[in-house]
Amino acid sequence: MNIEVQKQPPRTNYLNATYGIKSWLLTKDHKRIALLYLASVTFFFALGGLFAVGIRLELLTPQGDMMQAETYNRVFTMHGVAMVFFFLIPAIPATLGNFLVPLMIGAKDLAFPKLNLLSWYIYNVGALFTLIAIVTGGVDTGWTFYTPYSTTYSNGNVLLTGVGIFITGFSSILTGLNFIVTIHTMRAPGLTWFRLPLFIWSNYAASLIMILGTPVIAITVLLLAAERIAHVGIFDPALGGDPVLFQHLFWFYSHPAVYIMVLPAMGVISELIANMTRKNIFGYRFVAFSSMAIAVFGFLVWGHHLFVSTQSVYAGLVFSFLSYAVAVPSAVKVFNWTATLYKSSISYNTPILYGFGFIGFFIIGGMTGLFLAALGVDVHVHDTYFVVAHFHYIMVGGTIMGYLGGLHYWWPKITGRMYSEGWARFAALVIFVGFNLTFFPQFLMGYMGMPRRYYAYPEEFQVLNVMSSAGASILGVGYLIPLVYFAWSMRYGPRATENPWGAFGLEWRTSSPPPTENFLETPKVTWEAYEFRPREEAEVIDITRH
Amino acid sequence: MAESHSTTYGLAHHFDDIEQQREAGTLGMWAFLITEILFFGGMFLAYILYRAKFGDAFAAASAHLDWRLGGANTAVLIISSLTMALAVYYAQVGDRKKLMLFLVLTMILGATFLGVKAYEYYHKYLDHLIPGFGFQWSGHGAPKQVEMFYFIYFAMTGIHALHMIVGLGIMTVILIMAKRGRFTPGYHSPVEISGLYWHFVDIVWIFLFPLLYLLGAHLHQ
Repeated sequence: MNIEVQKQPPRTNYLNATYGIKSWLLTKDHKRIALLYLASVTFFFALGGLFAVGIRLELLTPQGDMMQAETYNRVFTMHGVAMVFFFLIPAIPATLGNFLVPLMIGAKDLAFPKLNLLSWYIYNVGALFTLIAIVTGGVDTGWTFYTPYSTTYSNGNVLLTGVGIFITGFSSILTGLNFIVTIHTMRAPGLTWFRLPLFIWSNYAASLIMILGTPVIAITVLLLAAERIAHVGIFDPALGGDPVLFQHLFWFYSHPAVYIMVLPAMGVISELIANMTRKNIFGYRFVAFSSMAIAVFGFLVWGHHLFVSTQSVYAGLVFSFLSYAVAVPSAVKVFNWTATLYKSSISYNTPILYGFGFIGFFIIGGMTGLFLAALGVDVHVHDTYFVVAHFHYIMVGGTIMGYLGGLHYWWPKITGRMYSEGWARFAALVIFVGFNLTFFPQFLMGYMGMPRRYYAYPEEFQVLNVMSSAGASILGVGYLIPLVYFAWSMRYGPRATENPWGAFGLEWRTSSPPPTENFLETPKVTWEAYEFRPREEAEVIDITRH
Repeated sequence: MAESHSTTYGLAHHFDDIEQQREAGTLGMWAFLITEILFFGGMFLAYILYRAKFGDAFAAASAHLDWRLGGANTAVLIISSLTMALAVYYAQVGDRKKLMLFLVLTMILGATFLGVKAYEYYHKYLDHLIPGFGFQWSGHGAPKQVEMFYFIYFAMTGIHALHMIVGLGIMTVILIMAKRGRFTPGYHSPVEISGLYWHFVDIVWIFLFPLLYLLGAHLHQ
């Protein structure tokens, strides 16, 4: 059933169509822009990782011996800023999404190629501001910039960092805008909404959040910056402002932002599960609609960050209930993935290992999210390591597992080369072990009362903290291994065929790597999503051959 | 199927036909305008909150604004929306001269609005009403709360004015394109899409004017 090896003579693809640094920096090809983004976000992943090293080293011992409290404040803030705004949010949409959305819907490019390139430049301008802020001393407010930490009490470069995040937000808006318009208007003939790959559905849902949520954080940060300049208190209580207003506005974006991170990862997992089990996903429409439901509900739950911030009990009740409601579509996905796995013939290769990892982490992260959405429990564990562990299970265990799984799965399509399967499986295992060792102990210490954002702690927490730091170093090694074999594969990896996995989907029906215009001829879709039926496979291939 | 390359004028390489391109552009602008609503939405929320909290001070501060100038500016923008709509109409029927005429009129009205706004800002400066820069208030209401009103006033009208300036830039580009005869009855979506933006910026002002200017108009200063 695997598709025969491509016998065409070597021809030009998007990588060798033009040469020179200028042809990359001025490219309007969505595939090249995806690679530009890949370089940028990898840089910030490494930078955020370095700050994480600082945090875990300091927490090896109960005393604050490596750095001072002020330094520690800056280190965990810059870890959060680099990871959240410059890695996790753009990670999947701007790289894999950018590369795959036009390919998966049979289009030649995104609807607005120039805006796509512009978004990468905007990202980098914002990144530059933030990097200058980091180099000149950083920020000490926590990545949430709560007032009055960010107004009265901050000693850091709040203004510069704020401007950086404000600017980078627009790159996110442009990406989301481009995806929505492309998915609406540029699908290949016959590719109806319910024939779309689930990766497209989840990126569509994430794009809705990007265009609806990001402008709110933009104006919030802008008001914060103006407030610091003019000393008029919109948010600063010392000047007559309302700090809780800041929290409302901040979380109106930043809670849905978690879904910007995890929805595309869920889309990757749907692709991995369907293609590695060679089955249509169980309940395709439910999985598709659950993405939309998460996007909609995601906008209605921000108040669960304010259970202890003078929010009324009634508002708390409503937000608590709505937070439980968002668990329903999330659970639909998990149940449907496992139902797809049931009695299927699974190819146990690297991408699906990340898929399994995602499901496990997401269940733990999601269930502990329900603990936190419960009013009474949240009062107990608010601002403890329990929260830290919870959101790392979703953001690192979820998003990064999806990101790495997707990167492995589509690597042959992106580069035209295979990676070392043995090393890749080993790395996936190392990451799984390292991740759990890092973050599971944090649930325990958090539940026992260790607060987050402290550089020193009582001695009884040391064993768990040492476990966590040891796990972090294993996790770090796990992230470095793919960097090495991916770099190796770009030059020495065996050439990939058009469809090395025997997978379904339009992106596998063009050469690896694809030509600049993606398809030599616009594909006509006559099949349902993930319609793995051996008898019809031959016919399907015929249509796209020319 | 796509072998027969139609010589469709104005079609970018990655679209199948001009209709698809027009749909994409229009949807893109609508989606962008939705982000704009949420962008302004943050400021509207801050306004609502503090107006409820500091009602008296907001009314007093609002009374100090000149509702006649604001009202005149409202009329200017409504007329500019009409001229913009006429420009789109003449682009559709392919009357280049009238298209250019109404684009120029739209720009003149936009510039008039900005001129009046600048005059108002200048007088606020003379009256020491710039928040954070020597703000002074001796009238009714707590100075800190009045300053908050002016902070929100400058944030909202300032960002609105910025959108007007961007709009004038867009109209300049459209005017140059029109002068070069780039638009035909078959291809004029840039005019339509720019028109959407222009109308949106006008509508924002329609909300700003009563919220900021008419709040305390009954209190005679």
